[in-house]
Amino acid sequence: MTRYVMVADLRRCIGCQTCTAACKQANATPPGVQWRRVLDMEVGEYPDVRRVFVPTGCQHCAEPPCEWVCPSTATRRRADGIVQIVYDLCIGCGACAVACPYEARYKVEKRRFAFGDQPTADEDLRADDSLIGVATKCTFCADTVDAGLARGLTPGEDPEATPACVNSCISGALAFGDIDDPQSRVSQLLRDNKHFRMHEELGTNPGFYYLWDQSSS
Amino acid sequence: MTPDLKGGGAPRLQRNWDSRAACNFIGGGSGTGLLAAAALASLSGWPYYPAGALAVALIGFGLSMVWLEIGRPFRALNVFFHPQTSWMTREAFLALPVLALAGLAVLLDQHFVSLPFQAQLPVTVLALVAALLGLGFLYCQARILHASQGVPAWREPTLQAVIIVTGITEGLGLLLVLSLFLGPPLTWVVPASIVAVVARSAAWEHYRRQVKLTSPAPAVAVLNRVSLPVHILGHLLAIILLVAAFRAASPVVPAAIAGFVLFAAGAWLKFNVVTRAAFTQGFAVPFVPVRGRASTGVLRRG
Repeated sequence: MTRYVMVADLRRCIGCQTCTAACKQANATPPGVQWRRVLDMEVGEYPDVRRVFVPTGCQHCAEPPCEWVCPSTATRRRADGIVQIVYDLCIGCGACAVACPYEARYKVEKRRFAFGDQPTADEDLRADDSLIGVATKCTFCADTVDAGLARGLTPGEDPEATPACVNSCISGALAFGDIDDPQSRVSQLLRDNKHFRMHEELGTNPGFYYLWDQSSS
Repeated sequence: MTPDLKGGGAPRLQRNWDSRAACNFIGGGSGTGLLAAAALASLSGWPYYPAGALAVALIGFGLSMVWLEIGRPFRALNVFFHPQTSWMTREAFLALPVLALAGLAVLLDQHFVSLPFQAQLPVTVLALVAALLGLGFLYCQARILHASQGVPAWREPTLQAVIIVTGITEGLGLLLVLSLFLGPPLTWVVPASIVAVVARSAAWEHYRRQVKLTSPAPAVAVLNRVSLPVHILGHLLAIILLVAAFRAASPVVPAAIAGFVLFAAGAWLKFNVVTRAAFTQGFAVPFVPVRGRASTGVLRRG
C-alpha cells in the first residue's frame, strides 16, 4: 500500500511563507485562499514566550470527516491517501468546511483579483470557473504527483513528482513521501524524531506530521 | 498539555454557514415539531390542514434558505449521492416524503374536515407517517451539527438533544399560537408544552455545561450571554403563561403568547448556536520545538 503524507519539522520552519507563495503560484489560488499556510503562533506567557511557525493545510486524513459529511461524494480519498474534491460534483454546501478541524477548506463565491477589480494577465489566463462556488483545498499537488509517477519518478524524492510547497521550502522543513515505504524520507524522519499530529484525539488519523525533537533512542 | 496559544491559530468564527443555514435548523426543527403536534391534535379532532400547511411551509422555507446558501444551486440534486455516511443526504431523502405526505394530508383534510372521524382516517394515517418521518428529519438535523467536527460547540454530543427537544417544543408552541384561530387548545397540549419546555431547559443547561469543558472561550461566552434571557423569557415566562392558560377560563390568549415565546426562544437559541457560537477548534501544538536539534542530512534528492 501507499500512503502519501507530509512532514513538517517545526525546528526548521522559519515562517518565511515561501511554501505559501509557491502553492499560490502552482495552484493559482485567489486572494484570501491559502491551501498551504504557515501559522505564526505565540506559545506561553511573558517572560517565557516562544514563537512557533506551523505549516498547515489539508491533513489528508485517513478518516476524513469532510468525506463522511459530503452529500455529493465530491470529496473522496484516493487509494494513495490523497483526499481530493471532484469539483464537478461539489454543490458548495460547506458541510466539509465545518467538518474539517484544520480549517483547510475554502469556498470562493466569485472571482477575486489581487489588484483591484480587474484580473492581471496571469489571473485571466489561469482563471478556472469550475472552482467558483465549490469547496477547494490542498491536493498535495496530486497532478504533479501523478505526472511524476507516470514518468517513473518518486514523489518526495524527485522534485517533478513532489508538491510545490516541499520543493520551495528554503529551510528543508517540509518533506513528502510514502509513509508505508520504510525507506522513504518521511519514514526515516519519523523514525529519527519525536513527532505529533494535530488534533489526533478527534480520530481523523491525519497525514501531516510535525517533528519537534530528536528521538531519544 | 497543550500550551497556551496566541496569534495565528486561535479559534475563529466560521463563516461557511450563516443565517441561511440557521433558518434551515429553525424552519426544519419547528416545522417537523409542528407536524408531530398537528398529527396528534388531528387524532383529538382538530383540523389538520392549518397546522400541517404551516409546518410544510416552515420546512420548505428552511430548505429554500439552504438552497440559496449553496455555491452551486443548480447541482442541488447531487445532495442525494451519499446516503452511506452523510446526514445531509439522509435529511434530503426524508424531506421528500415528509413534504409530499404532509402536503397530501393537508389537501385531503381540507375536503374531509367536515366528515365524520372515521372518514378522515386516510388523513390521519398520512399525518402520522409524515410526523414520524419528520422526526427522522429532525434527528438528521441534529446529526448534521454533530458531524461538524471542526466546530466544537456543534460536535458536542449533548447538542443533539437540544436540537430535537427544541424542535418539538417549537412545534407545540406553534400549535398553541394556532389556537388563536382554531379555538381553545386541546387539553393535553398545555401540559405537554410545560413538559417540553422543562426538558428543553434541562437539555440546554446540560449542553452549556459540556460546552464549557470542550469549546473555545468565545463560544462559551456567546452561549452564556444567550442563556439567561432565554431561561427568563423563553422558559420561566412560558411556564407561567402555560400554567395561567391551564387554569384560566379563557386560555386562548395566554396559551398563544406562551406558544409564541416557546417558538421564539427556540429559534433564538438555534440562531446563536449556528451563527455566533460556531468558533472553530483552532490549532494546537502539544510540544514546543526543541530548536538547535533539527533533523539533519539531505532532506530530498534531485
